[in-house]
Amino acid sequence: MVHGEELGLASESKSVAVGDALPHQGGSPGCDGLSSVSLFSSTDKHYRLAKWEQRVVMVVLRICAWCSIAITAGIVVILLSEAAPFFKEVSWRDFLFGTQWVPLFEPRSFGVLPIIWGTLLVSVGACFVSVPFGLGIAIFLSEFARPRTRSFLKPLIELLAGIPSVVFGYFALITITPGLQKIFPNIEVFNAFSASIVVGIMTVPMISSLSDDALRAVPRSLREAGYAMGATSFEVSLRVVLPAAISGVIASIILAFSRAIGETMAVTLAAGATPKLTMNFFESIQTMTAYIVQVSIGDTPHGSIEYHSLFAVALVLFLLTLVMNTIAGWVLKKTQISYN
Amino acid sequence: MNVLSSPSAHLRRRQAIAKWFRRICRFMSYLLVGIVCYLLWDVISDGWHWLSWDFFQNYASRMPAKSGVRAAISGSIWVMAITIIFAVPVGIAAATYLEELMEQSRLKQFISLNIQNLAGVPSIVYGILGLTVFVRFLGFGGSVLSGGLTLGLLILPIIIIATRESLRSVPQTVRQAAMALGATKWQTVRCYVLPTSFSGILTGIILAISRAVGETAPLILVGAVAYIRYVPENPLDAYTTLPIQIYNWVGKPKAEFHELAASGIIVLLSLMFLTNLCAIILRHKKQRTYV
Repeated sequence: MVHGEELGLASESKSVAVGDALPHQGGSPGCDGLSSVSLFSSTDKHYRLAKWEQRVVMVVLRICAWCSIAITAGIVVILLSEAAPFFKEVSWRDFLFGTQWVPLFEPRSFGVLPIIWGTLLVSVGACFVSVPFGLGIAIFLSEFARPRTRSFLKPLIELLAGIPSVVFGYFALITITPGLQKIFPNIEVFNAFSASIVVGIMTVPMISSLSDDALRAVPRSLREAGYAMGATSFEVSLRVVLPAAISGVIASIILAFSRAIGETMAVTLAAGATPKLTMNFFESIQTMTAYIVQVSIGDTPHGSIEYHSLFAVALVLFLLTLVMNTIAGWVLKKTQISYN
Repeated sequence: MNVLSSPSAHLRRRQAIAKWFRRICRFMSYLLVGIVCYLLWDVISDGWHWLSWDFFQNYASRMPAKSGVRAAISGSIWVMAITIIFAVPVGIAAATYLEELMEQSRLKQFISLNIQNLAGVPSIVYGILGLTVFVRFLGFGGSVLSGGLTLGLLILPIIIIATRESLRSVPQTVRQAAMALGATKWQTVRCYVLPTSFSGILTGIILAISRAVGETAPLILVGAVAYIRYVPENPLDAYTTLPIQIYNWVGKPKAEFHELAASGIIVLLSLMFLTNLCAIILRHKKQRTYV
């Protein structure tokens, strides 16, 4: 009894202390019991209850954390197991090195190169837009912009990253392609050019904000040293700051490229559905993602070879982006210069 | 000759290059903003006159004048509801466990790396996952449930990363104070760390959801149908969403449908703008700041 009273007193004084030192969330259910937990009575009922609660919660939370592993495992297992029937009928050599992609009508041919080529064509084309713009913006924001300009320009460009890709598909097909047709009369309605432009615009925020972070992480003393040597702002930016931040900049470009590879709706709408090996940006092509959409929109019977080809293509896509992202992470980790 | 008073031709050239470099960088920044503003203005001018009360009341139709986004908006709301119910609790729980409760270990590094990689997986691959697991294996078919769960998987890594980031910004002293008073680890997290980082977590969740609202590709794979003439009533009903409806309208040859797509885009973007605005306001209204 005496023990209990003591405990009560102790808990009262503690709850005051908690209220002073910490932002006590009185409203949170179950948090009131906290004040009666005592360090000095490990046999206390409250304490045991709290320990027990923690054990249960830990189990639940651990399961949630394992979810991410389960998702990855799920992706890998599904892609491999569903692509297996496909590779029973088509040898992987024909798949990887074949140059004819005619999956939907006879005579069928499953050479994946044309759609990989289409994907790379659009992604590389996108880099011609996103790298100059992204780097220009990053350098402007980190080196030249006044704080006020920066404070409205940066959120504005980040807002751009939130525009859904189907909207960019609309831009490409309805706004940009008719405009291009006035300049280049021989351009097709579906073409890789407008797709590259919009995918490039989409990936600019990725390059600009990651590179901006990297450039701003370069210490001020390096810039001051450059200016003290009589370098101009151009020389300081390009020969001092950019080389110092190069790992972050390259990582951002690789990530943007990987995003362009996985980009689906804009290229499906704008670039068309004609798999071919061409260097001509004015022609219609097909990307891997566009193929997946094309097949899943049509009524493909479950279990047919087209259905399984979906998984083979997705496997290639998954591996390609995984490799890109891993390289980006590796570049960031291994080549980063530390200034501390 | 005095170097300071009369710059040599070489120096003048270098300075001219620097000046033009600054100008080009500034020009690039404003040019991009200009291009995007032009594109958005083009959408608004195309789609403005279709926006009316009827547009929100009508279902999709073969006749442009009778078309609307009722099924699409209700479908989007249904899908988002399921996505939120699934992804938000799981995401917060996973992030809390990884950031606060798990011991530093190789396993933890592995899970973190895995989550980073998942965030970079193209959305269409999640569509394939949803197609196999939810549509075929669990037999949900092309229903709201399949769509919502698929988008849930898609935004789970984004929520986990954002939540971990905002948990990390809670100062260590808060945890130490609670632990010093005898709170268990879980009590510390639940009563102090989570409430403190609440606004940061909410911001991350809202941004993740606004990404999911605009997502199209995975939903095409898990069987969102474009031509639906009713509002879904339970999680196993067929559905369509706003981005899918837009995709469908853009793909039609008639110009009127393209204008309808523009109106759909206006609705979608204003929806997303509102959610983003909420996120910005919340970010500024951080409940508590520690110095």
